[in-house]
Amino acid sequence: MYKRTRAIAVAVGCLGTVLGAQAQTEIQWWHSMSGQLGEWVNGLAAGFNATQKDYKVVPVFKGTYPESFAAAIAAFRAGNAPHVLQVFEVGTASMMAAKGAIVPVDQVMKTAGVKFDASVYVPAVSGYYTAPNGQMLSLPFNSSTTVFHYNRDAFKAAGLDPDKPPKTWPEVVGAAARLKASGHKCPFTTSWQSWTQLESFSAWHNVEFATLRNGFNGLGTRLAITTPLHERHIENLANMSQQGLFVYKGRNNSADATFVSGECAMTTGSSALYGAVKRQTKFQGGISTLPYYPDVPGAPQNTVIGGASLWAMAGKKPEEYKAVAAFYKYLSDPQVQAKSHQETGYLPITSAAFGITEKSGFYKANPGTDVSVTQMIRKTTDKSRGIRLGNFVQIRTILDEELEQVWAGKKSAKQGLEHAKKRSDVELEKFEKATKG
Amino acid sequence: MQSKRQRMAVEKRVRFKSWWLPWALIAPQMAIILVFFFWPAAQALYYSVQQQDAFGTNVVFVGLQNFRALWADESYLASFKTTAVFSVLVAALGLTSSLLLAVMADRAIKASALYKTLLIWPYAVAPAVAGVLWLFMFAPSIGVVSYALRAAGLDWNHLLNGTHAMILIVLAAVWKQISYNFLFFLAGLQSIPKSLIEAAAIDGAGPWRRFWTVQFPLLTPTTFFLLVINIIYVFIDTFAIIDAATSGGPGKETAILVYKVFFDGFKALDLGGSAAQSVVLMVILVGLTVVQFRYVEKRVHY
Repeated sequence: MYKRTRAIAVAVGCLGTVLGAQAQTEIQWWHSMSGQLGEWVNGLAAGFNATQKDYKVVPVFKGTYPESFAAAIAAFRAGNAPHVLQVFEVGTASMMAAKGAIVPVDQVMKTAGVKFDASVYVPAVSGYYTAPNGQMLSLPFNSSTTVFHYNRDAFKAAGLDPDKPPKTWPEVVGAAARLKASGHKCPFTTSWQSWTQLESFSAWHNVEFATLRNGFNGLGTRLAITTPLHERHIENLANMSQQGLFVYKGRNNSADATFVSGECAMTTGSSALYGAVKRQTKFQGGISTLPYYPDVPGAPQNTVIGGASLWAMAGKKPEEYKAVAAFYKYLSDPQVQAKSHQETGYLPITSAAFGITEKSGFYKANPGTDVSVTQMIRKTTDKSRGIRLGNFVQIRTILDEELEQVWAGKKSAKQGLEHAKKRSDVELEKFEKATKG
Repeated sequence: MQSKRQRMAVEKRVRFKSWWLPWALIAPQMAIILVFFFWPAAQALYYSVQQQDAFGTNVVFVGLQNFRALWADESYLASFKTTAVFSVLVAALGLTSSLLLAVMADRAIKASALYKTLLIWPYAVAPAVAGVLWLFMFAPSIGVVSYALRAAGLDWNHLLNGTHAMILIVLAAVWKQISYNFLFFLAGLQSIPKSLIEAAAIDGAGPWRRFWTVQFPLLTPTTFFLLVINIIYVFIDTFAIIDAATSGGPGKETAILVYKVFFDGFKALDLGGSAAQSVVLMVILVGLTVVQFRYVEKRVHY
């Protein structure tokens, strides 16, 4: 008897879910956030699902940025792409060029009848995801920028003032020398060397990284990194490398771990490293602005963004786009954004979210967290708006390869940058051709 | 010699009365080759003359331009040399070390089963995991081996030293393949009749001499087979190790041909360029295998 009742109960329950599933539109959201950040993403989806009953967002972790990007492209070719895809900044140009594969964010909102105002976004962020015709193509989601992290305890031990971190490159060299003299094996390192030492470096000094306004104005863009300023900086770093003041710790973000472990005392990297430094280090971490050369007019300007945005993929049902629009609306809520910003160390992507965070006293309680914000929330220039290049994955790798040769002393800074430009320009030409058809 | 070969060929030939039975018997094998080799190979050829954006929404026929771009790229040409160095090192080291292990396992009496099992284990490890494993031991600041090397006065840094990086991936690739080689060598050794070795021993040949004059010549078919397989392994299968351990760096000093195929195709999403490279790789492999069968096989005693 008991068994039978249970069976009926289960059957009724199933029926209920089936009916419920029919009424509810489900959308797939592929992302690349693992660990702590993965929980943050799941929390956002759960938060949205709890606010209404018509739509359900299902977040799916698909590996690192390049992995989920490749997986989504394969899925698109096979006709089963996700509804929403998180794409890193390096993939932006490829997504923009893929006209038939994506639906611009303002179009998603307009057809769903949801009000959308692109001007609430921080210009440096929204500008990055806006096409030359002024149309915003993707929704800014997790944006970070390059900052300078330093170990306050190591500074104290070396007799440096932890409240006065080096602001300029000559000061970095001086601090590194002091740290080395105090017995530090790795005074300075860097993550994402192309992003920090060339891309952000260029914007920070208000010079172009690539022609045609860093690729914003057309596919005919070519690298512009063979200027005396770029050469001077790379040569400076190469000298530091020879003297053991700068220790190369590998590509991508592999240097992050050496800073968190305390092995390296200073690093340039993503502002999103803040979370790990706060939770996992045994020392007190500090954040400062990216160093610059004080004799360069216009420096410091602003830094360029990294991180990712959300893209709506083409070929879905109208009802599903309504779900996407509702989800986008939820994500654009200032309260939701302010919470995300404080939790993760990513930038507040709207001015309102910044305002809320400032009012709550978060920046005062957590010194240094406002550095990335003040670096970014500025008026941008045509040279500093951001960098948008095709085949950027290859170009980043080429820059990694050439810079490694420079750090190892096999090439001079001039040679390395010239070779990097020559090889990258081939990739840019290739992209131009493939996209124009 | 010639007549002996012919005679053997005659003896080996089997005659079928029905015309369709032989075809039916090879059909499953042919089907597998068609689906898993000829079809993808044709696909690669087709892609190699195109240039397309990542999503496949814009496909242009470009003729041989992808190939021309490869020849114009100095770093691509340099990777031929890297590949040659890497493959010779991995094949030579892998074959000799596993032969040595097999000879010792063949002789061991006590606990030989345990010894063999342990030696076979690495084969179950995925290449990417093997790469990470070795990377961990050699990590410049935290690795066990690099710590020992530093204590011995050698500053290990495969992040900037190309030779160090090459040593790292050679070790990982050899280690990964040792089990496979070991299995075949051991089987080969155990199929050599004991009477031959005993006869040599009675004639006064020491272990070293017995190995070189009796065992090794009888092992040549196995060695030849393994040489072919190892070369193919190095050319095709090692990209995951390299991706995990060095990503082709420093510079391009460990970027072998197949790594670039993998990188351009799967990370950079340049299907045309990647397909062109895999066609080149295919041609090289077919050429190498033909050379091996034509020239090296002549020295093999079956």
